[in-house]
Amino acid sequence: MSLLRAELRRLVKRRLTRYLLAVVVAGLAAIAVGTVMASQQLTPATIAQAEAKVAVLLKEAQAQHAASVASCEAAEARGETGLEQRFGPNCGRAYAPDPDTFSPQLPFEFDFREQASVMIGLFAGILALFGFLVGASYVGAEWSSGGMTNLLLWRPARLTVLITKLGVLLGAVLAVALPLGAVWTFAFWLIGRYDGRSAGVTAGLWRSLALDGVRGIGLALAVTAVGFAVASMGRHTAAALGAAVAVTAASEIGVRMVTTSLNVPYADRYVLSTYARAWLEKRYVLEDWTACGTDLSACTVRTSAITWSDSALVLGVGVAAVLVAATWLMRRRDIT
Amino acid sequence: MTAALEISGLRKTYRSRRGVRQALDGFDMVVEQGQVHGFLGPNGSGKTTTLRTLLGLIRPNAGTMRLLGKEVPAALPLVAGQVGAIVESPQFFPHFSAHDTLSLLADAGGVPRRRVSAVLETVGLRDRAQERVKTYSLGMKQRLAVASALLKEPALLILDEPANGLDPGGIREMRDMVQGLSASGMTVMLSSHILGEVQQICDSVTIISRGRRVAAGPVAEVLARHSSGAVRLRLESSAEQVLAAQVLMAAGVRVQTEPDHLLVSDVDRPAWIARALAQHRLYSSELTPVSVDLESVFLDLTGTAPAAGQHRQVDDSTTTDAAAPVVGVRA
Repeated sequence: MSLLRAELRRLVKRRLTRYLLAVVVAGLAAIAVGTVMASQQLTPATIAQAEAKVAVLLKEAQAQHAASVASCEAAEARGETGLEQRFGPNCGRAYAPDPDTFSPQLPFEFDFREQASVMIGLFAGILALFGFLVGASYVGAEWSSGGMTNLLLWRPARLTVLITKLGVLLGAVLAVALPLGAVWTFAFWLIGRYDGRSAGVTAGLWRSLALDGVRGIGLALAVTAVGFAVASMGRHTAAALGAAVAVTAASEIGVRMVTTSLNVPYADRYVLSTYARAWLEKRYVLEDWTACGTDLSACTVRTSAITWSDSALVLGVGVAAVLVAATWLMRRRDIT
Repeated sequence: MTAALEISGLRKTYRSRRGVRQALDGFDMVVEQGQVHGFLGPNGSGKTTTLRTLLGLIRPNAGTMRLLGKEVPAALPLVAGQVGAIVESPQFFPHFSAHDTLSLLADAGGVPRRRVSAVLETVGLRDRAQERVKTYSLGMKQRLAVASALLKEPALLILDEPANGLDPGGIREMRDMVQGLSASGMTVMLSSHILGEVQQICDSVTIISRGRRVAAGPVAEVLARHSSGAVRLRLESSAEQVLAAQVLMAAGVRVQTEPDHLLVSDVDRPAWIARALAQHRLYSSELTPVSVDLESVFLDLTGTAPAAGQHRQVDDSTTTDAAAPVVGVRA
């Protein structure tokens, strides 16, 4: 218990933890404020105004078209040639403006029902980045500064120390995520309610959003644990940062380049971010264009879906492997 | 008296792509309770590996170790609360203050936080306790390291180079502190290269070279065992010195001629020399046994005395005396 308390104090006392938390809160607040400034609630008056504006534009376009046809007919009556090149076939009568393409340009209105899930995904991404940096630095700086050696002289139980540190870290990230996530979601509900659209918010939607939140926070915790474990294995914060850059480059760029050059169907199946996206969105549909060749218009695209449970398996095995490697190395390696 | 620390047959081999290096090669050591014990050895001889192995930071390949009667590393969690240690250079998280650093360790070890102020006072950091460690000099970090080791009021204190980076006043304070702790009943094991300090404050020593013990026992006995037993003889004139050398050699003792004195060995009692010379009307102006200090014993045993024109490498120490009997070590 004393170790738990000491580690919690250590984590909270760290400047990077405090600074990053402040940056995260400020960043989230900035996004919310930006949404408030961009969103405008659509009233019948604003809709009517936009419709009137587009009606004027349509009328102007129709008048221009009528004038063009009339001009063509006059030229035709004068016996001029080459009219088809100037006005198109049949004096361009077929080119009359299509009223369907003249939809009113409505200002951006935040729709809570449609966009809350996206905002929760964004929150999970920011939280994951926060957790990764705090987790990697928390244990990495301990190793590189010699603090871990000191601590192990006091508590010569390596696994207990490592697991306690990880537990404290995950608990702290969760403790930040829950209230912050609740405030974040509530803030966007308020934006929808008073500065956008909040129609269709049912108990079912709230349940769905709660599940989105659980999956998002789960992903952030997994990323936090990986950052912690890799920094512990490398005994330096930079080890986790380097690994993150390497994995991102290999998975997102390297794999894509190789699969594209080999014309591999469903290439995104081999990219890590696909599984993160499927986890957050519950389901992610991959499309296979490789069979279509160059004639895309006559091709029926094949699809394959990756579900959140597929992602849970892939990401879970990956996270577990990294954690097992970190604990094994903690147990076995000399501290010289 | 039971031993506070016992090491027997300790072996540690480091393997890397560059090859295999035997850091500890059957090393033995005993530190009796209540003593101040010096642990000496040249750079790279295995001192720090021994301490880290003892404290569970390095896994040995063979050998047994006991701390306060308990076999380690298995029982390390049981005895850790009674063992204060600093290993190698002091290392702390640079952005925490000394007070924060110690209070976090106190929390982790279940030590009351009131001890923090007490040890900061003891090591002279009271007035700088709220400043970040990164602003500290090496000597101040060393003091903080000692404070962290003292925090749990240990029965056994292991200090690796505690005087490193300290100014002369700090070295004297460290010496007084160690003596005070020893007087209070604490066992102190001290690794140091300041051999004069070790000779002054240690009851016993162990000397390690290339991973093996080359000498051990009470300081006086180790010195006596490596004393040459020679006597320095000085006479008024060089002519008398030549005559004296002839007289003594004729009497069957070994005489070594130095520019301004003679070194006479194989003599049981210096008084015999005075008598033998007096019979030939020769009178000494100085007749003193040649004393040996820990530094010369250390340099002799480890083969690390500097030689003109040579650049000694860190692994160039020797274990020439390894087969010699060890003085005063428990069986």
